[in-house]
Amino acid sequence: MLKFLTPLLIFAVLAIFLAIGLNLNPREIPSPFIDKPAPPFTLQTLDDPSRTLSTADLKGQVWLLNVWASWCVSCRAEHPVLNRLAEQKLAVIIGLNYKDEPEDAKNWLARLGNPYDVSVLDMEGLTGIDWGVYGVPETFVIDKQGVVRYKHTGPVTDKDIETTFLPLLNTLQAE
Amino acid sequence: MHVTNHSINAIMRIIFLVFFLLWGVQAIAAAVEVKNFDTPEQERVYNSLISELRCLVCQNQTIADSNADLAKDLRAQVYKMLQQGKSRQEIVDFMTQRYGDFVLYNPPMKAKTSLLWLAPLLFLVIGLLVAWSVVRKKRLATRSESAHDSAQSEEIRRLLEQGDDR
Repeated sequence: MLKFLTPLLIFAVLAIFLAIGLNLNPREIPSPFIDKPAPPFTLQTLDDPSRTLSTADLKGQVWLLNVWASWCVSCRAEHPVLNRLAEQKLAVIIGLNYKDEPEDAKNWLARLGNPYDVSVLDMEGLTGIDWGVYGVPETFVIDKQGVVRYKHTGPVTDKDIETTFLPLLNTLQAE
Repeated sequence: MHVTNHSINAIMRIIFLVFFLLWGVQAIAAAVEVKNFDTPEQERVYNSLISELRCLVCQNQTIADSNADLAKDLRAQVYKMLQQGKSRQEIVDFMTQRYGDFVLYNPPMKAKTSLLWLAPLLFLVIGLLVAWSVVRKKRLATRSESAHDSAQSEEIRRLLEQGDDR
């Protein structure tokens, strides 16, 4: 009896592990910033490089940091979703224009619509490194105390907005 | 017709050869990045660090191996911090603060990673146990077999002796 059960058991255990492994997303690397203060930055704005925006200016507000670039294909897929989110005015949306040409970025927003309250320039990608950015687009949610509460890697979909972002933003606004 | 086939073959071979050779050159290009160091020690730390940090875009490459933009930026970051006189540990901390332990090819021993570190030992123990039980079973089997043999030969001898008596 044991002779037949042992291989079956081993198979079952292996199958469970493999099933878990297959369903994990290797691109989803847990961010070490969750529940930690957002890394500070002071950056030039895309609209007017003579003006800057810093993380300190955003204290007291719930805000999203969306890392984007005009060269990024997935950002294009994500863009209409962000436009729809911006219409709901649930949070301030800041765009971190990552390793992009300001002219390209401006054209892109003019053509596809601008969901961002402000876009800031990170042409060298240094702020990206500070925020642990490794794949564009990425979206961070920061609460009123300036603490990172959530990170989404890859394009945000309508379903992500529905199931994760809206409930989170509502609770954070009520905090 | 036969000749043309032959020459086409030869040309194809040369094209493939050139292609693969160029490919190799491109792969090496990532490694050949001219950087000037103040001391040989600094260069050694730089080289060992970039071959221990993971490129997060390509995941199965270190930032030394990878041509990805992010890998290039992280190499530059490591270089810059070394120039600023930062220690090896400070740079590793800088990277893990931003990218988590995943950025390290040598994950630190922690409660969360204990399974990762102890699993090989666990499998070794399981293997030894299985080997031990198999060997033991085999030995028991041969022992009873030889016992069986001696009983049988005893019987044969008895029968033979009986035969002699007659």
